[in-house]
Amino acid sequence: MSISDKLNRTAMGLKPSGIRRFFDLAYTMENVVSLGIGEPDFITPWHIRDGGIYSLEKGITAYTPNRGLPDLQKAVAAYLGRRFGLEYSADEVLITVGGSEAIDLAVRALVEPGDEVIVPEPSFVCYDPITRLAGGIPVALPTYAEDEFRLNPAVLEEKITPKTKILMLPYPNNPTGAIMGEEHLRPIADLCIKHDLIVISDEIYAELTYGPERHFSISAIPGMRERTIIVSGLSKSHAMTGWRIGYAVAPAEAVKLMTKIHQFAIMSAPTTSQYAALEALNSGDDDIAAMREEYDGRRKYMLEGFRKIGLPCFEPKGAFYMFPDIRGTGMGSEEFCEKLLRKEKVAVIPGDAFGAAGDGFVRCSYCYSLATIGSALAGIERFIGSL
Amino acid sequence: MNKDKLLMLLEKDCKLSVEQLAALLGASAQEVAETVGELENNGTILGYGATVDWDKTERAFVTALIEVKVVPQRGEGFDRVASRIYQYPEVDSVYLMSGGFDLMVMLVGKTLKEVALFVAQKLAVLDAVSGTATHFVLKKYKDKGVLFVKEEKEDRRTPMV
Repeated sequence: MSISDKLNRTAMGLKPSGIRRFFDLAYTMENVVSLGIGEPDFITPWHIRDGGIYSLEKGITAYTPNRGLPDLQKAVAAYLGRRFGLEYSADEVLITVGGSEAIDLAVRALVEPGDEVIVPEPSFVCYDPITRLAGGIPVALPTYAEDEFRLNPAVLEEKITPKTKILMLPYPNNPTGAIMGEEHLRPIADLCIKHDLIVISDEIYAELTYGPERHFSISAIPGMRERTIIVSGLSKSHAMTGWRIGYAVAPAEAVKLMTKIHQFAIMSAPTTSQYAALEALNSGDDDIAAMREEYDGRRKYMLEGFRKIGLPCFEPKGAFYMFPDIRGTGMGSEEFCEKLLRKEKVAVIPGDAFGAAGDGFVRCSYCYSLATIGSALAGIERFIGSL
Repeated sequence: MNKDKLLMLLEKDCKLSVEQLAALLGASAQEVAETVGELENNGTILGYGATVDWDKTERAFVTALIEVKVVPQRGEGFDRVASRIYQYPEVDSVYLMSGGFDLMVMLVGKTLKEVALFVAQKLAVLDAVSGTATHFVLKKYKDKGVLFVKEEKEDRRTPMV
């Protein structure tokens, strides 16, 4: 007997992550200047770390309730009200192990075998595999540079069938940096209501929008609250990736079912991390502002850099990525990235790692110091100049 | 252009180029250059310096913090005596404080003895000075927002998916 004969076919059939594949190549080389990592380069602010440490000093090391610390649920509800004008009560909040678990729970709580899940592309790589593992059928919905990578309602409606149950809504978007404001979400909401769809709104980058417009959640549109599951977390907003704290926010019946799955699979999110998160949500709004300002400076610097190089790039207003258009070089994303890496030792991520619609683009993260961004831009400029 | 933001950026890193500052501030390079010139001329920007961890060098010196109690002078308050103190080149900084003493003087000398002599011969004998207390700095952990102790600097981030 070989164990490989027994392994799950669906899991075996999942495509490996294109981001990962590219990094494996970059790691074989030395002195690579990378714009590849999509993770804050800030350390979690000290008072938040201290919140976790203090809970340890007091000896609080047991499980928390399955749904999370009641105070933390309340803090999430208050935070969503204060920051985004959303009205949720504590019993509509489930504390999860990062935003990723919240996405997985939402899909598992909703999808029956054969259900279709519309996944906009380019987008974060997990929606498709999580849907497949739940027995659902992911349906790719391309978005385009001409629309600044927002959902196009007409293209969306073409993808809707009687089997469609869920629309994934990943804005602000990784990898494009696109955002969708209220005026762009309204026609999408109309379609969701008309076709009775549930929206899983991945708002992990909600705090990272630049310019006067704050993030707007689709659940704030009348008729959407009852059909929206918001998934988010503190990883990006408070530079807390390693703490693994996220949340799902939805009508209570959905939260109850997600909690049931979470209870069997996870039991409860890490206790120390929940205490740190409590400190973050209660006293961390200024940290968000400081980090956002820093990202915004880098964003402007990088955008200016691409303009000087002459690579077309729409101005991203969210997250911490830039998605320049490399089609003018005549290369596909993979070829461009591999040649750039080999020739100039600069690592950026091929856009098609985020779905076929990303081909012809590359993702550049600005979770790096100005000096790193500057030397990466110089390498890209030399590379483009040599073509 | 937001001048406060420009100043904060320069205070943190005065080696930022005019082009980098311009991109960060959303202004033109020319506008930045002109504003920096104006801030230098009107005395808002007083100088540009490196933050040095002298403990990494062979240079031998001591830093002292001296609490100075002062009898304020009619018509002059504390300013006159402060001026007599801050003129000495070995005095690094002078602050007027609220609380248990009046002037806080930071002093750099080659040896403990040199600092002690300065206090005894120059500071304590001033008419307006009614008392001093000298504290020597043993270790600098953080100064002007910069950590002087060893810190994890390596980028440990790793691709997740």
